[in-house]
Amino acid sequence: MLKGKVHKYGANVDTDVIIPARYLNLSEPAELAEHCMEDIDAEFLSRVEPGDIMVATTNFGCGSSREHAPLAIKASGISCIIAKSFARIFFRNAINIGLPLLECEEAVDNIETGDLVEVDLAKGSIKNLNSGRVFTAKPYPDFMAELIAAGGLIEHTKKRLGVK
Amino acid sequence: MGKTLAEKILSARSDEEARAGNIVVARLDLVFVQDSTGPLTLRQFNETGLNTIYNSARTVLFIDHSTPSPARELSNDHIFLRSFAEEKGAVLSDVGEGVCHQLVAESWAKPGDIIVGADSHTVTAGALGAFATGMGSTDIAIAMALGKTWLRVPETIRIIVRGRFARGVSAKDLILHLIGQIGADGATYMALEFSGETIATMPMSERLTIANMAVESGAKVGLFPSDSITEDYLRRQGRKEQYIPLSADPDASYESTIEIDAAQLEPTVAKPHTVDNIALARELAGVDIEQVFLGTCTNGRLDDIRIAASMLQGKKRHPHTRLVVAPASQKVLLAALAEGYITTLVESGATIVPPGCAACLGVHQGVLGDGESCLSTANRNFKGRMGNPEAFVYLASPATAAATAIRGKITDPREFL
Repeated sequence: MLKGKVHKYGANVDTDVIIPARYLNLSEPAELAEHCMEDIDAEFLSRVEPGDIMVATTNFGCGSSREHAPLAIKASGISCIIAKSFARIFFRNAINIGLPLLECEEAVDNIETGDLVEVDLAKGSIKNLNSGRVFTAKPYPDFMAELIAAGGLIEHTKKRLGVK
Repeated sequence: MGKTLAEKILSARSDEEARAGNIVVARLDLVFVQDSTGPLTLRQFNETGLNTIYNSARTVLFIDHSTPSPARELSNDHIFLRSFAEEKGAVLSDVGEGVCHQLVAESWAKPGDIIVGADSHTVTAGALGAFATGMGSTDIAIAMALGKTWLRVPETIRIIVRGRFARGVSAKDLILHLIGQIGADGATYMALEFSGETIATMPMSERLTIANMAVESGAKVGLFPSDSITEDYLRRQGRKEQYIPLSADPDASYESTIEIDAAQLEPTVAKPHTVDNIALARELAGVDIEQVFLGTCTNGRLDDIRIAASMLQGKKRHPHTRLVVAPASQKVLLAALAEGYITTLVESGATIVPPGCAACLGVHQGVLGDGESCLSTANRNFKGRMGNPEAFVYLASPATAAATAIRGKITDPREFL
């Protein structure tokens, strides 16, 4: 069960604002996290606490294929992202590195910045603890559920090939 | 029932009946990275413990994003890429050779291929009838190791284009118009498939511009049929034998169809800070521009440079407007030199930078100052994209770029024709 306060954004949050290209040479997720969202929300880093939840409307993570984007968000302490829709490369990247994403229009419309939200990933349920309302996210396709259960693509592949 | 181009290619390369919505595991014809996503990819590859690249002769490490390197850390990333290529036997494309997507078109992509690259604009090779798509570093690391990847077969939006472009209007205006119409997420998870009489006669350079920007509507791939224009392009690259004809079945099933009359299009511009924020160039006339950038995987080809040079011939850039030109590859640079275009551009006041991504991604060679505006022929105008969140990026065609460089303000290129 994940629980945290919400940081909410609008549509088309692109990977350039999540982590600008000028920082892509940083290799440690913690170093990337120091610049996460700085071009769109300079206050984010001072507000975010471990376990917090990011919420956005449509097309979250559009643009560049940089996997640094979900890595930076994850290392900033965000435990999962709830959006109306995600850009496809970002979606794969986040799952591959073990950052859970949930697609749920109704939840996004009924959650605001600062709300306390609880997420049950196994059930796909999202509860706004401020309003008491509960929402259900779209289930993952079976194949992706397998990847998530294995702990990401690298682990999934190693397991399948029997690599230690 | 017939198949879309995406379904045909994915069926052939997976030995499965690939229908929209299915997940298939497809064999890969080309896997590549570039120097900003590459280091993470290679570290993830090492993490798998697999050690061997599945097909090292068709795995390419491109050093194009920050070239020549502007910083010590990036130089060290380049060292890492070079030593990995040496150790594992991957192909290296080093500083100055050009932008990965242009080089993939010139030297690698062929109709019917499946190509994955650790760069969202991998979609560019869709112009040659290749199912080409961008992925993140972990996916590409596994693709390098296994020579295959999983793909959800996309639904397809068919884009039918009829009519002739008016003078001063080109493929860039068409794709900006389309993205403005369907939105930055209008084709998320889907394929765009282009056809119609305008497409049938469209030169490869313009097809590449359109395919390149498919991802700006969220699309997974932007596919063109493989036809006589593809054959001619491959022949000019010395790869004639790699041509195969490829088109969708007439009874294929589409998610939707959009028809565009090319004759109705006007010079189009994407305003800051999203690509779907579209206006006509004439509606923005008078907006001050401090830098014009001509180049990139979208519009850094010989045809693009020719258009700009022909408009700037005998003229000077506006004294307040810098003009930065980056040919997309060495081949483009050499041809532009031979044709005299580079001389024309330099005489008009342009700064020529080496083949590569240059100013596009905001690392070097034209980072914008606070409050400055750039009119760029690239594909993205996100906040901070050109290195400064206090700057503004407008996207437009090479013709609009040249007209704007002359006036120092956004200018409809038809004023010079």
